[in-house]
Amino acid sequence: MKPGGLVVGALVAAMTLVSAPSFADARQEARSQVEFGINVAQRGLWREAIYRWEKAVELDPTYAAAFNNLAIAYEHEGQLDKARKAYEKALELDPNNSQIRQNYELFKEINDRTGQGNKS
Amino acid sequence: MIGRVKGTSRNLAVGGAALLALVTFACGPALYEIPIETPISAKLDVTAFQRVLVAGFVAGGTEDVDTNQETVRLLRSQLRTKSSLRVIDADVMPLQDIAQDQNKAATEVNDATISTANPSTQPTALPQHIKDEKDLEPYERLFANTTYWKRIGEEYQNPLIVTGTVLFIPRTSARFVQRETEVYDGLGRRRVVPVRTYVESKGFLLKPKFIFIDGRTGATIYSETRREEVLTNAQTNVPALSSYFELMDRIVPDFLGALSTQKVKGTRVLLK
Repeated sequence: MKPGGLVVGALVAAMTLVSAPSFADARQEARSQVEFGINVAQRGLWREAIYRWEKAVELDPTYAAAFNNLAIAYEHEGQLDKARKAYEKALELDPNNSQIRQNYELFKEINDRTGQGNKS
Repeated sequence: MIGRVKGTSRNLAVGGAALLALVTFACGPALYEIPIETPISAKLDVTAFQRVLVAGFVAGGTEDVDTNQETVRLLRSQLRTKSSLRVIDADVMPLQDIAQDQNKAATEVNDATISTANPSTQPTALPQHIKDEKDLEPYERLFANTTYWKRIGEEYQNPLIVTGTVLFIPRTSARFVQRETEVYDGLGRRRVVPVRTYVESKGFLLKPKFIFIDGRTGATIYSETRREEVLTNAQTNVPALSSYFELMDRIVPDFLGALSTQKVKGTRVLLK
């Protein structure tokens, strides 16, 4: 094997070793943000919950539960466009999750009712 | 040997269940049901109005309920408690008669000015008795008459005017449904079998169209149509007025949602 190839191989191995724990850390950090968000949402502090869950999806953009919770919080705050996008993202990440689907269906029922009339 | 294997697997199962319980206890539940209130913004900007006149409705269907009177009364009382607009107390307008008069006047004008060579310009006759949606259609002309509504607006100092049509008609339905029934055989063994049963139901359909008119210009600014139905067993005798209020209960929140921000209560599930 050429010395150049060895160097590249070593670099890739080093990167993998370095990045693996950092991803795990991010996931762990996102989980604790989600848990904290649930805690504060249960006390009615929805803006703080939004802050936590936004942080969670930033840390781990594949975290479906965080998007689901964020959608609920947006819904509660009347930010319906943001809520729809967050629900859709949650379902895209976890399409078989019946809880997310049920939340989304309930949201859609309300949201659809708001746009029934005709403005002249 | 077999006894030992059985004992080991039982121990494993007990251990597994205990471990699962421990993990669940340590991690806490993964689902949290939470009540939420979704604020829905008003569909109309009514800041230009301080007062609202629920004028009346062209009503059709059953004669068991005076749908025009009841709808006006219900909407006025809801607006009094759930909106910031001041509700004008005025006599309920007999809009069906008003539309008939307008139509008659228009026909007389046409007769005097236009030759009978072009009968298509004659206004369509308005049905005296409104039985269905088709009978209501010609009455739509009344709501497009901006001159008339502007005059009503001036009379009441330019309020927001609420009017429209309400159809409240009896409904019947008959169909086969599949029900599970218990049967016992000769030995007294119970079985559940599906049985097809013919079911007759009756009830009412309520279809209001709410029209919001700017009293300053007489123009329609918003309209919304809703349709609700209630059916009960044909043997049950539910008074028409009860059905009317049951159906209006479902419709009123959307009506109010046109004028003021409403909060819709519900529950969602937070996930960990």
